[in-house]
Amino acid sequence: MQGKVVISGVGNTVYGKHPGRDRVDLIVEAAREAIADAGIEKAEIDGVFVKMANSSPTILYGQKVSEALGLQPAIGCALDQGGAANIGLMTYAALAIDAGLIKNALICYGDTARTGSHAVYHRPRGDDAIMGWYSTAAGYAMIHQAYRERYKTPDEHFAAVALAARNHGAQNPKAHLRLPLTMDAYLASPYVIEPLRRDDMCLVSDGGAALVMTSDGDARRRGNVRAVPILGMGQGQESWEVHLRPDLLRTKAVESADMAFAQAKIDRGGVSFAQIYDCFTVTVLQTLEDYGLAPRGQAGAKALAEGLGLGGWLPFNTSGGLLSESGTPGLQLIIEAVRQLRNEALLQVNGASYGLISNQGGSMHTHATLILGAAG
Amino acid sequence: MSIPDVTRPDITRNATNAPYWSALSQGRLDFQHCRACGHQWLPARENCPNCLAADPQWQPASGRGKLVSWVVYHKAYAPHLEDRVPYNVAIVELAEGPRMISNIIGHPEGQGLYIGADVELAIARDFGLDLPRFRLQSD
Repeated sequence: MQGKVVISGVGNTVYGKHPGRDRVDLIVEAAREAIADAGIEKAEIDGVFVKMANSSPTILYGQKVSEALGLQPAIGCALDQGGAANIGLMTYAALAIDAGLIKNALICYGDTARTGSHAVYHRPRGDDAIMGWYSTAAGYAMIHQAYRERYKTPDEHFAAVALAARNHGAQNPKAHLRLPLTMDAYLASPYVIEPLRRDDMCLVSDGGAALVMTSDGDARRRGNVRAVPILGMGQGQESWEVHLRPDLLRTKAVESADMAFAQAKIDRGGVSFAQIYDCFTVTVLQTLEDYGLAPRGQAGAKALAEGLGLGGWLPFNTSGGLLSESGTPGLQLIIEAVRQLRNEALLQVNGASYGLISNQGGSMHTHATLILGAAG
Repeated sequence: MSIPDVTRPDITRNATNAPYWSALSQGRLDFQHCRACGHQWLPARENCPNCLAADPQWQPASGRGKLVSWVVYHKAYAPHLEDRVPYNVAIVELAEGPRMISNIIGHPEGQGLYIGADVELAIARDFGLDLPRFRLQSD
């Protein structure tokens, strides 16, 4: 893409608990803010791209959301790629904008998995449930076990991820969980599915988030100097169930990052910050290594020694990520990256020039990578 | 009309996987072998996931395998598991190649388990089914 398409506006609800509210109303609230932020009229949205709600997959969901927005867009659809779907939707929207099919795309997500149903996260995993194989977390616990056994990783390396996210989220007034975490509290945190501790696991949250995309030319014509250019996008779908993968510690995240960095034509060492999909702490260590930012098995040691805060090795999940800001699947990471690159973040990385974002879903079944440049 | 027992899990029953469960009830663990390309796999499918040929054949496994990874549930995700925690769930790779989700008996909390440990089949009657569990060969 190399800047031909931009993110022209972002918006989100407060994250946490929205008892009694409908997920589509949360989307409309976030979309209203994103459309205003983009400085366009609602009627100018001609593409509505929705991530399927985790807690309630619905047919014709793109149309249901469009109806609530009072829109009849040229392109309207919902996508299921688990937690990678938001960058997936952005990819298809960017291609449609670049091809001249549409001018303004709305990418959005909303769910009430916290106060509504979170049965999807506790689900029986097909016929293998007869062996006691339940939940989303269990797939990550298998990967966490394989990781710590292969690299002899101490618990403190996983804790470094959780501490950074929680300490950033504690400073974010819109975050779901604003409780900083200490190493002692992490190590005392009970096992849920061993080796996963409670504090290795992301939140389950209610909330809505949205962003607007348009062409660089259209944003400039409107004088939108806060538009953030999309430099690179990548995807790689591991797809196979955890136990059927030849190696539990290899996914297609490597190929996803290669695709995105090749398109962006920037050096990996040049990223100013990373918003990494931290559904579980091991996911972050794996992703940083898959992205070539740390040697295999060493991301945790580097995080512990050099820190993941603003002055650290790599500023990470600066608004709290899934572990602290919101357990909703991924759009909040992209929105925080946009705010960093506009120099509008609460915990601002000085001189942020390139932002790296990962989205992934299932039990590392899906992966997508996004690289953004500075506004203006 | 029987009342469904919501406290007990069940499996999908169809023509494709019937030979798998039937073999277990006879004390055997079978996997699928492709007569076209030689690929071997579980779970049951109509078509080979490697060459896509619709020519699978059931073959008996030796029952020997290796432990790939395991977890220990301290939380019960369904009512029938409340009196079973802590229990383990393991990934086992059969000597013939296919991988499966199973349990390692005798080590509910995972004590003494390690990746690469040699395991052997120990079919156990549970939930009205003959389930393919494993034990450590060293036990």
